[in-house]
Amino acid sequence: MAISFLKRGEKKQKQSASARKWAISLTLIALAIWAFFTYFFDKTPDAVQSWFQVWLPPSTINESLVWVICALGLNIVVGYAGLLDLGFVAFWAFGGYTAGWFMSGFFHQVNIHFGSMSAKVIPGIHLSFWLVMIIAALIAGFFGIIIGAPTLRLKSDYLALVTLGFGEIIPQVFTNGENIGGFNLSNGTKGISPIDAIGVFGKRLGPFDLGWKFLIYFFLAACMVFVSLRIRGGRLGRAWLAIREDELAASMMGVPLMRTKLTAYAVGAFSGGIGGAVYATHVNGIFAERFNFSISIILLAMVVLGGMGNVWGVIIGALLMAWINATGLPAIGDTFNNTFHTAINFPSYNFLLFGGILVLMMLFKRDGILPEARLKMISHENDDEAANTGGH
Amino acid sequence: MSSILSAENITVEFGGLVAVNDVSFDIPEKGIVSLIGPNGAGKTTFFNILTGLYKPTSGHVMYDGQEITALVPHKIAAAGVARTFQNIRLFGSMTAEENVMVAMHSHLKASLATTILGLPSQRREERAAHEEARALLEFVGIGKTAGEFARNLSYGDQRRLEVARALALRPKVLLLDEPTAGMNPQESSVFVDFVHRIRDEKGISILLIEHDMAVVMKVSERITVLDRGEKIAEGSPAEIKANPRVIEAYLGKGVGAGH
Ligand SMILES: Nc1ncnc2c1ncn2[C@@H]1O[C@H](COP(=O)(O)OP(=O)(O)OP(=O)(O)O)[C@@H](O)[C@H]1O
Ligand SMILES: [Mg+2]
Repeated sequence: MAISFLKRGEKKQKQSASARKWAISLTLIALAIWAFFTYFFDKTPDAVQSWFQVWLPPSTINESLVWVICALGLNIVVGYAGLLDLGFVAFWAFGGYTAGWFMSGFFHQVNIHFGSMSAKVIPGIHLSFWLVMIIAALIAGFFGIIIGAPTLRLKSDYLALVTLGFGEIIPQVFTNGENIGGFNLSNGTKGISPIDAIGVFGKRLGPFDLGWKFLIYFFLAACMVFVSLRIRGGRLGRAWLAIREDELAASMMGVPLMRTKLTAYAVGAFSGGIGGAVYATHVNGIFAERFNFSISIILLAMVVLGGMGNVWGVIIGALLMAWINATGLPAIGDTFNNTFHTAINFPSYNFLLFGGILVLMMLFKRDGILPEARLKMISHENDDEAANTGGH
Repeated sequence: MSSILSAENITVEFGGLVAVNDVSFDIPEKGIVSLIGPNGAGKTTFFNILTGLYKPTSGHVMYDGQEITALVPHKIAAAGVARTFQNIRLFGSMTAEENVMVAMHSHLKASLATTILGLPSQRREERAAHEEARALLEFVGIGKTAGEFARNLSYGDQRRLEVARALALRPKVLLLDEPTAGMNPQESSVFVDFVHRIRDEKGISILLIEHDMAVVMKVSERITVLDRGEKIAEGSPAEIKANPRVIEAYLGKGVGAGH
C-alpha cells in the first residue's frame, strides 16, 4: 500500500512536471518576445525590422494568441468530449458583439462608465475590459446552453449539421441586425468601431500598444490552459473523454450523457465568448462579415492538427495555422512570385491548404502532431523507472 | 433467500423478432447465478434490459425493492447495477486507472468550480479516488498496468480491467457477459476463484453469462437456460446437466455441452 502510494505520488509529480516544463518554456518564450518587441525592436537595424514586418509582425503574434484562446475552447468540445461542432464562430460573434456593446460609444443614447479609462464625457457604455470578458463569456455560455440543450440529444452527425446551421444563423442575425423592430442591435454591415482601449495598471492600451496587449492576451491564453488542464485531470474531464471514447460504455458506468455533454458545450462556448471579445479589442472593432464559416473551420483544423484533446498540441497547431493564415501564406507567396516572376495569389489558396490539412490529418495522423498518447506514454515510462528504482 | 434484482415477465421484440419471450428471473442476494444458452438465445439482450440500455416490450425490472424498468442507464448504474461487455468496451486512450475512475463519477462530488480552483475538498476526494482505483486494479490482479493505455493491455488484462471498472461503481449486483471468452483453461479455473472472491470479499451478487460449461458448473449456485428467447430450464448445476431439454437445445444446435 505504502509503495503504491509512493508510486502514484511520483507519477503525479512526473506528469505535472511535464506540464510545468511546457508552461515555463512557453512563458519564457512569451516574455522574450514581449521584451524584444517592446524594448529592442526599435534599436535593431532596418533590415531586421523589415524582415520582421514581412515574416513575423507583432499584430500577427497577437492575433495568433486570439486564435489560441478560441482553439482551446473548441478543444474542450471537440477534443475532450468528442462533439463535432462546426459552428463555433457563433460564440466568437457573441463575444465580439458583447465587446462592441459594452466597450464603445455604440449605445450613444446612454452614458455609462464603469472601470473603463475612456473619457467620461464620451457617451455609450464603457465598462472595464475585464468585466466585459466575463459578460462576453456568460452571454456566449448562456447561448451555448440554449443551443446545446435540444441538439446534444442528437447523434453526432446531426449535431454537426445543427451546429453548422447555428454558426450561419447567428452571424446573419448580426449582419442584418441594424433594425430589429426599430432597435439597432449590431449596426449591420457597418459594424461597431472603435472599441475602447484596454485599461490596465492605469495604462490605456490603444491600437498601437501591441506589446502590452500581447501580455494581456498571453495571460488570458494561459488562463485557458490552466482551466483546461485542471478540468482534464478531474472528474468532469474523465467523463468527457469517456464519452468521446465510448458513449454507451460511459453511460453504463454512471456518467449522465446529456448533462456532461452540455457542460462541455457550455464551457467551450464560454471560452469562445472570451476569444471573440479579445478579437474585438485586437482589431479595434466588430465587422459582421468577418464572422463566417471559415473561422469555425480554421479552429477545427487547429484542434485536429494539434492533436485532439492535447492542450500543448492545440496551442502549437493554432500558432502555426494562425501564422500561415495571417502572414505565412502572403509572405511566402510574395517571395515565390518575386523569385519566379509569377503572379499567383497565394492567400486565396488558404482554404485549399486548411481543407487539405484536415483531410490529410484524418487519413494519416488522426492523433495530430502532438497526440496526448505520446505524452502519456512518456510520463508512464518515467513512472516505470520510478517504480524500478523504488525497490520492486 | 430474498432477491436483489428480479426481472418479471420480460419480453423484448426487435421489429418482428422476439429476442426474449416472457422470461422471469431472480438474482438472490449475495448469490452467484448463471445464464446460459446457445448463440442468439437472448442472453445479452436480457443484460441490456437489466441495465436499462433497452426497454422491454413488456415486463418489469425490480432492484433492491424498487422498480427500475424506466430508469435511464446511468441512474441504474449509479444505483449499483454494474456490468461488463461481451465485446470489450474500454476507454481505449485513457489509462487503466482513469478507466476505473470514470466509473466513480456518480459518487464523486467535485464540481466544475471546485475542480478549477483545486479546493482542498476536491484534492482530497481525488486522492482517495486514486487510492481506490489502485486498490481495485490490485484486486483484479493488474496493479502494474495502472498507467498504461487500456488499448495497449493484453486481452486478458482488458477483461480484468472491465471487472475493476465495474466494481468502481460500488455495485450491489455485477453482471458479467462472457468474462472468460478468450481465456485458456488455466486462466478460466483461476477465474472461478476470482468470482467467489468478488462475492465473499465485497458482498456483491453476481450474474454470469458463460459459454464455458466447466466454469458454469463450478461457479454457479443456480443456472437458468435460455433458448431462442425462452426460458427452458432453471435449477442447480446437477439438475441442469441432467435436463433433457437443455441437452437437446445444445446438441440440437451442434454445440457440445461439455468443453
Ligand atoms: N439491437 C438489436 N436489434 C435487432 N436485433 C437484435 C438486437 N440485439 C440483439 N438482437 C437479436 O436478438 C437475438 C438475441 O441476441 P443476443 O445478443 O441477446 O444473444 P446472445 O444470447 O447474447 O448470443 P451470444 O451467445 O452469441 O452472445 C439475436 O437474434 C440478435 O440478432
Ligand atoms: Mg451475447
